[in-house]
Amino acid sequence: MLSRRSLLLASGAAAMAPAALPFAGSPAAAQTPPGVLVFAKQIDDIISLDPHEAFEYTASELAGNVYQKLVTTPNSNPSQIEGELAEKWEVSGDSKTFTFTLKDGPKFASGKPVTAEDVAFSLTRAVVMNKSPAFIINQFGFNKDNVGERIRATGPRTLVLQTAESTAPSFLLYCLSAAVGSVVEKAAVMAKAQGDDWGNGWLKQNSAGSGSYAVRQWRASESVVLEANPHSNVAPQIKRIIMRHIADPSAQLLGLTKGDYDIARNLGADQIRQLEGDSRYTVQSARKASVMYLSLNQKNANLAKPEVRQAIKLALDYEGIQKAIVPTTYAVHQSFLPAGLPGALTEHPFKRNVAEAKALLAKAGLAEGFELGFDYSSAAPFSDIAQAVQANLAEIGIRLRMLPGEQRAVITKTRARTHDIAMVRWGSDYFDPHSNAEAFSINTDNSDDARNRTLAWRASWLIPELSARTVAALKETDAAKRTALYEALQRDHQQQSPFVIMLQDIEISVSRAGVKGFDMGPMNDRHSYTNITKA
Amino acid sequence: MTEDNTHRAAAAPPGASAPAASAPAASPVVPSGAAATARSRPSAARLRLQALSATVASVPITLFGLALVTFLIGRVVPIDPVLAIVGDRAPMEVVERTRLELGLDQPLYIQFWKYLGQIVSGDLGRSVMTSNPVTQDIARFFPATLELATVAIIVAVLVGVPLGVWAATRQGSWIDQGVRLFCLAGHSLPVFVLGLLSLLLFYATLEIAPGPGRQGVYFEGMIDERTGILTLDTLLAGDIPAFRDALWHLAQPAGVLAFFSLAYIARMTRAFMLAELKSEYVTTARAKGLSRGRIVWGHAFRNIAVPLVTVLAMTYAGLLEGAVLTETIFAWPGLGQYLTVSLLNADMNAVLGATLVVGLIYVALNLLADLLYRLLDPRVR
Repeated sequence: MLSRRSLLLASGAAAMAPAALPFAGSPAAAQTPPGVLVFAKQIDDIISLDPHEAFEYTASELAGNVYQKLVTTPNSNPSQIEGELAEKWEVSGDSKTFTFTLKDGPKFASGKPVTAEDVAFSLTRAVVMNKSPAFIINQFGFNKDNVGERIRATGPRTLVLQTAESTAPSFLLYCLSAAVGSVVEKAAVMAKAQGDDWGNGWLKQNSAGSGSYAVRQWRASESVVLEANPHSNVAPQIKRIIMRHIADPSAQLLGLTKGDYDIARNLGADQIRQLEGDSRYTVQSARKASVMYLSLNQKNANLAKPEVRQAIKLALDYEGIQKAIVPTTYAVHQSFLPAGLPGALTEHPFKRNVAEAKALLAKAGLAEGFELGFDYSSAAPFSDIAQAVQANLAEIGIRLRMLPGEQRAVITKTRARTHDIAMVRWGSDYFDPHSNAEAFSINTDNSDDARNRTLAWRASWLIPELSARTVAALKETDAAKRTALYEALQRDHQQQSPFVIMLQDIEISVSRAGVKGFDMGPMNDRHSYTNITKA
Repeated sequence: MTEDNTHRAAAAPPGASAPAASAPAASPVVPSGAAATARSRPSAARLRLQALSATVASVPITLFGLALVTFLIGRVVPIDPVLAIVGDRAPMEVVERTRLELGLDQPLYIQFWKYLGQIVSGDLGRSVMTSNPVTQDIARFFPATLELATVAIIVAVLVGVPLGVWAATRQGSWIDQGVRLFCLAGHSLPVFVLGLLSLLLFYATLEIAPGPGRQGVYFEGMIDERTGILTLDTLLAGDIPAFRDALWHLAQPAGVLAFFSLAYIARMTRAFMLAELKSEYVTTARAKGLSRGRIVWGHAFRNIAVPLVTVLAMTYAGLLEGAVLTETIFAWPGLGQYLTVSLLNADMNAVLGATLVVGLIYVALNLLADLLYRLLDPRVR
């Protein structure tokens, strides 16, 4: 017979059995090992580690640490272009031929030196594979048919690029500083090539770069392990970097406080507030090249009136929204070039002014107000921001019908131009003013079957004059004049456009005390691990 | 996918839940059924064969229905599937080319027909999110879920069943009330609260359990993947410290899931047992002087085994489907996470593929429960 006691014992033993064995003698959760740095981060956005294919945040960041580009920009002074693999470069008189001379010294993780042949191969590879980020390089007129002539290694350390049209040097150089400009080791990649895949199948999971680190292992939605490149010209102190996929921010915080992670990358605003002022942690932030804005569809007769657009811009309480809802993770920003990018404009001409906004509506003959549909992403904090926008606009008589949806559903709607007002985000594709200028300020064909469907097109905003000015700014070869053109363009854009640019993303990372030197930039491929040290 | 709602009938695909529901109904306690079986033995064998072949025949129909519904939902979602693949920035040529490549310009029924053809040839398409074939992704994410679910169900059964029996034999006592309260807690506390509390207690405060993840940093990147079941892989590699580490990491998420499942299992066991203990044969056995242990374990338990098997099979199926929140909190790269992330990215190939796999699991476990039911009930043999 089974007594009460034996039953208790049996069930107790069963419950403990799987736990009892490992509890005996395993090392208790402690500090991460010396020489090893552990990031806690959401990394399920990684699709591929191939720098000529990857366009996602985490993969771009990894590419920035595993590969080197011809040129780069230091985070301390983002508008200054520095050679990374290139020692110097020359531009021909017609601004069409660019000759780069490589540094003597950079070596791949295999120990082989980086040659002009590797650089030419890498850029050619990006052009011919023509994956997502390829347009950044292809916009200079390269395609699979002409790339052989236009990108050539003319010596072991000399590379010549020929663009189709005369090109602003800063534009080309900024584009080459993107992750898609990464240089891979030709021999290593081609040894693994299958068919005509240019080694893409292999490079998705592995690396062949000259950066500070090399990829040891990537497990999707689990972890990435990097190891220091022993031949790198800038030897990092941390020998091994482990990036763990910790989806839940609370779990990231817990692990950080327990010393299991050195740097947590996706903490929420509340958690960050909790750690600020605690000497055991360092909260570090960087402006991200991503803006949040309202798109006012010009197909809507009311929104097409300039006074209405202006009234909406004056009705919003930018400061209040930022302070109350997203104090640590967003900053007020009102122009299309985010702070941190060359040519950015950080003025805030719009402040809440309900009286003036109402007067403008009355002038437009809409004193009684009107109703509009409002599409926004239902996730936090967007839903809170959307409610604040609704309340602000209600005060001037504009009644918003709230239409929350999944982020991509909102984007799908703006692409079909069936929204009235939509709240969306836009991240810059590459580190040059043109990335955003093209999106926000070019639309010369407003027909439904237009080829170039920019954000301006999605707002049905036909702007031949501003488009011409945007193109002129792109072509300006003098860097200082180019910046001035973008600033002027943004000032006019701010006043006229159907875009109410509200906020800019701030990326936050929190490190344990003693962990120093994680360098964060405005773009993900500018986050550098090279100088990280651990006490 | 549902979150850890292993046992609600709604969690099962429509076709799959039918046998589950019918099994307890065909509970062997009905004496007339037994007599009928005994009377016509040869035709019973034929009937059994028929029933079995009917169940097997329902598999493709169930899967077809599942594929159809998931496919339609995927097409009704207000997200452009091309957007999911080429991204928001792709030029018009690429968008149009992709639309043609995907066959999205064709009528829905032709698209579905093509997809069915693909499935039959074992091709679930390519995931947008990971750029791998969906079959490869599932082969990578499913073992993690299998490992977690299997350990959880073993613990849940070993604890839940005796607990339920114990409570039933002492109906109304403080023990019974205690077990019921315990089960209520396990059943009504959301699993993410349980997970976070568990992390806070065992990991953060007591420091006896490791944090989220499948292995410690020391072992990261050290073990070759063979089966994808880490505890097994570490054993195959002969790395005992790594095995202990993997097991140690497994204990907490499996414990949380087990608590959640055992609450249900114990409740069901208690209910089945209570009904059984009220039957006449139990009174007879008692009158004949049989010990309580023999009555409970030798007689009553054998009779509740059949409906219990169905409960366990469905609980296990629910766990295998992937416990999204548990997997998220414990950073466990399993099927639930894969399915959720795919869904949020409108990665329809991955969603369809993973849904079909989940459906297959349900159907397979139902079949298994059916077979076990025949094995456990001597009157049907």
